[in-house]
Amino acid sequence: MAMTAAPGGGAGERVEVSIRKAIGPGDDKVHTWPHLVRPEFLCLVIVLIGMIIWSLTVDAPLEEPANPSRTPNPSKAPWYFLGLQEMLVFFDPWHAGVVLPSLIIVGLMVIPYIDINPAGNGYYCFEARKWEILTFFFGFHILWVSLIVIGTLLRGPGWNWFWPWEHWDPHRVEALTNVNLPYLLGIRDYFWSAIFGLVSIGLFFAVGAVAIYAWVVWLKGPDFITHWGWARFGLTTFLMLNMIATFVKMVMRHLFNIKYIMETPWINI
Amino acid sequence: MSWWDEIKQQITETQAWKSIFRHGYEDTPRNRVLMVSGNVFLHLHPSKVRRHATRMRFTWCMGGITFLMFLITVVTGVYLMFYYRPVTQYAYADMKYLEFDMPFGMVMRNMHRWAAHGMVIAVWLHMFRVFLTGSYKPPREFNWVVGVILLVLTLLLSFTGYLLPWDQLAIWAVTVGSNMGRATPVLGHEGPFKELLGANPIYDARAFLFGGGEVGPATLLRFYILHCIFIPLVTSLFLAVHFWRIRRDGFSGPAL
Repeated sequence: MAMTAAPGGGAGERVEVSIRKAIGPGDDKVHTWPHLVRPEFLCLVIVLIGMIIWSLTVDAPLEEPANPSRTPNPSKAPWYFLGLQEMLVFFDPWHAGVVLPSLIIVGLMVIPYIDINPAGNGYYCFEARKWEILTFFFGFHILWVSLIVIGTLLRGPGWNWFWPWEHWDPHRVEALTNVNLPYLLGIRDYFWSAIFGLVSIGLFFAVGAVAIYAWVVWLKGPDFITHWGWARFGLTTFLMLNMIATFVKMVMRHLFNIKYIMETPWINI
Repeated sequence: MSWWDEIKQQITETQAWKSIFRHGYEDTPRNRVLMVSGNVFLHLHPSKVRRHATRMRFTWCMGGITFLMFLITVVTGVYLMFYYRPVTQYAYADMKYLEFDMPFGMVMRNMHRWAAHGMVIAVWLHMFRVFLTGSYKPPREFNWVVGVILLVLTLLLSFTGYLLPWDQLAIWAVTVGSNMGRATPVLGHEGPFKELLGANPIYDARAFLFGGGEVGPATLLRFYILHCIFIPLVTSLFLAVHFWRIRRDGFSGPAL
């Protein structure tokens, strides 16, 4: 058949295109059966045995029947959301519970589109992807996992901080000495406090964007920005600055008892 | 011939054995391919994979473990559904019933809960590994997005299931976890700009989720249906896309 014949080859001469791939240089393909199915099966058996032992030895919790009129103190969300609940210490619920999770989900989704570094596609490498990996480490380990650990183990009644060796005293009084940043700096007028807060946040993002721009140019050279594109730059910078801002606010709250940076009748940040 | 081969031969040449297994498995390349391509479950795999993609230090096996956890929760969940009624009068009693009366009831409930926790952890570790190996890079960008959707669905599955025991832990964890709904800008009755659409405690984003102003009977039924039917269906759909795209986009790995 003409379709299967090699170009210029005689009739009946079969060409098996896949052969070239199979014996080509550097080809390292192995049969799925048994080379992949075997480790998968072993993994399945080991995990199943582990799950059975775990389920036989540790019972799932069951507390007293639901009682809508008796709120436990502390009331904690499921453990995987405790990072977000911990965020309530630093931000109002609309920010900690709605905006931040949305930013996390969107931020995760856009990673493949803003990261155009061709290095490390399908293998471990640190040097060529240093900043990407450090950013992910920061977001995942510092901002997500460690806050879950804090929320799970170190937060007791009243969402107060209790070290593991401390008794969870529901009557412990924590002085509410938090003040807004403009107040701390001596601004007593509501209007000018709001303006100061707005300008501070605006400046943070403006200066941050310029700093990230300068840093990227210094790191990758001026050609990189044109290659990267302004949409990618804008998106990356916005997400980066939000992540940094979250951390900055946490530090301000823990070290200087700052409640809000900006307070208006509508939203507080 | 070793003693092991002799025993094997004696067994496989009996009439009983031959009546069950018509012929042996000959370890040829053709048979190896057929074992995968001819099996409805195994043919999720390609018949050949690159060697590095079979190594534990590359895969951590976390995607597979996540899927295994999903399957465990499906199997144990079906068992639990036989005995559980999503009605506030019965839900808590059914938990006790499961624990003290049903054969293997407690083990099934334990395994369901621990596998759900395990699934959350495994899916995070899977994401972490995929990031470390840069496996989301072109042409696999979209499959990473599907993966993020699956991550969210995993959390929603776990969260909706959290309410079903109808104990103090359940309703207060769900109350706290859903309070952000009432703080949603515009759509929540305690959020910024709440007056724009007239959100109030029984008419806002959280009330839509709860079927009322607070966690109550309507919420239990809603979460039950979300947990047992709606989210598993959506998750299965995205799992199918996720697995399909792994095959279509190819396994990630260093360039040859």
